[in-house]
Amino acid sequence: MTWWTRLRQFAGEHRSIAVLGGWVLVGALLPVLVLVPPFSTFQEQSLWLGGFANAGVFILLALGLNIVVGLAGLLDLGYAAFFAIGSYAYAFGASSFTGQHIPFWPMLIIGALAAATFGILLGAPTLRLRGDYLAIVTLGFGEIVPAIFLNADSLTRGTNGIGGVAQPELLGLKFDFSNPVPFYVTMVAILAIVMLFIYRLQASRLGRAWMAIREDELAAASSGINTVTTKLLAFALGASTAGLAGVFNASKLGIVTPDQFGFAVSFTVLAMVVLGGMGNVWGVAVGAFVLYEIQSVLLKQLNQFFHGLHVPVLENIDFVQYQFLLYGLALVGMMLLRPEGLFPSRRRQQELHAASEEIADVPPPTSAVAGE
Amino acid sequence: MRTDRTRALRTVAIVAGLLVVSFVILGVQQFQNFLTLGAIYALVALGYTMVYGIIELINFAHGDVFMVGAFVSMWIMTVPLGLADRPINDPIQLTVVLLAVVIGTMVVMGLIGVIIERFAYRPLRHAPRLAPLITAIGVSFILQNIIQAIFSSSPIAVPQIFPRVKLDLLGGSIGVLNIFMVLVALLLMVALQLFVGRTRLGRAMRATAQDREAAELMGVDINQTIAITFFIAAALAGSAGVIQGLYFGSIQFNLGFFAGLFAFTAAVLGGIGNTTGAAVGGFIIAFIAVLAAQLGYSRWSEVAIFTVLILVLVFRPSGLLGQALGERA
Repeated sequence: MTWWTRLRQFAGEHRSIAVLGGWVLVGALLPVLVLVPPFSTFQEQSLWLGGFANAGVFILLALGLNIVVGLAGLLDLGYAAFFAIGSYAYAFGASSFTGQHIPFWPMLIIGALAAATFGILLGAPTLRLRGDYLAIVTLGFGEIVPAIFLNADSLTRGTNGIGGVAQPELLGLKFDFSNPVPFYVTMVAILAIVMLFIYRLQASRLGRAWMAIREDELAAASSGINTVTTKLLAFALGASTAGLAGVFNASKLGIVTPDQFGFAVSFTVLAMVVLGGMGNVWGVAVGAFVLYEIQSVLLKQLNQFFHGLHVPVLENIDFVQYQFLLYGLALVGMMLLRPEGLFPSRRRQQELHAASEEIADVPPPTSAVAGE
Repeated sequence: MRTDRTRALRTVAIVAGLLVVSFVILGVQQFQNFLTLGAIYALVALGYTMVYGIIELINFAHGDVFMVGAFVSMWIMTVPLGLADRPINDPIQLTVVLLAVVIGTMVVMGLIGVIIERFAYRPLRHAPRLAPLITAIGVSFILQNIIQAIFSSSPIAVPQIFPRVKLDLLGGSIGVLNIFMVLVALLLMVALQLFVGRTRLGRAMRATAQDREAAELMGVDINQTIAITFFIAAALAGSAGVIQGLYFGSIQFNLGFFAGLFAFTAAVLGGIGNTTGAAVGGFIIAFIAVLAAQLGYSRWSEVAIFTVLILVLVFRPSGLLGQALGERA
């Protein structure tokens, strides 16, 4: 196994190449994997690839939320709001409804910037608050944003949503709904770049400042970290990732409606981050992917499987309907039994276990700035 | 003593002012909606504020506890009591039935609250703050899904056992049902104040809220005190659930989400940890909701309420009456 150890050593030394290579490998292997039974029996390849592109949207969301929750330790319960802002930004910028036709690629950046701007607008006054207050403020924000898009129907057509959203175009190739491959490839590329970016961030001064704040805000502040700016950056970068996901999702679906951004989305993404392992980038990505495939493929397969068994009670259980029950149980179970997630970051694991064993009786740190 | 009295006076002044202003602005008909809605939000907000006061946890599942309360009261009316969907006109019979429903629901919900605390929150008492909060979100979804699995996701009718008698009062007709609801809510709030202020257990609760370790050293049974707090919080939410069912006539598995958020806003507005504040906050939130509906902007009411929440947290995180927060915020 010398080639394996050598590979690992290489990956350790060249993180960026490892991340990019990893995504190229995953992106190339998945389309082949779904041709192999049992996966090939579930649905055909193009459906799988379209599903993977959708899963990619959730992986992006989970990676972004991971910056906020996993790295900086700020609980954001209204994360879907930024997803909505990205989606609507693209729908305003490129749809037959508004008559604008800004191309997809610059819109990716614009959508990300729009979401980041709102992240800063929300974060600037609220990030001084204590963790659980912040959770509620973000939850309120997460409800306000879709409600505004829903109610301002002269601009957004209310519940009907904005249809006729344009598809991307690259070097003369027009993406369209019949062929998911370009969407799939684009998504893998976006994910590779975003993940690379997050890896570099994590190892940077800023990344270490986030983790310091997560572990002990008071200590971080006394060590000279500007906690408000640092938290604000986490918020803005997390929001911009959701903005990217929003732009992509709007162009892939071709329609943007307010009900795509309910609390269920924020909750699902949070479950992905928690299950995957807060703070571990690959863990979060795998968690998001697995959870998405479970909800979009496996639960339906289970339905069909049990329906085919003709066992009285099991036959009628609708597993898709109980998806959120499963998430709820998973969240509670994870927090009680394995708070570091399925694929923990080593540092987070130490932290969570130290907190429950050694320093159990020390009261939780209060925010240095909000103390007034 | 003097500060106590000025505080009490200030609270009374706020409440009286609020009532007069809302009566003048809303008119009689909307005023009774406001009172009933306010009673519901106040009762739910009390649970948030008590639990936060004692273990500093935003019990995210509390709105869903309230929702379960509405379903439990509906179940008690239809199954063990076998009531049909028609008014009971005999006052004595009505009183007995209502007492049975309210007390039954409160006891069942109190026990559910204790069970949730025991299995979901107690093991995490020393974990980082994020852990119990995420658990609470999980519990919220579990409760919703259990109710959805048992009662389906469509709205369920609650037997309308209260006769639709109206009294001519204050230049308009006010339903006896509304008066009854507000009286129940006020009675429970006074009982709560007396319990917290005058009894041994209430003193244990206040001590635990102030300093858990010191209270423990003084011989307070912390686990029992926290369990009692959850019992009371969930029981109050249960009583609000009874009111919700009787007043709106139908209930649905997801009604706890927004009601819970509104009630939480009320608790924050009043100053979290402060029981009087929670009650006052409940009525203020109800006022905003009813006023928005009256002005024809009912679909903007949630935006308005959440904006209030964000503004309060940003500019006055200790709330309107939040002196209790000082040492904790």
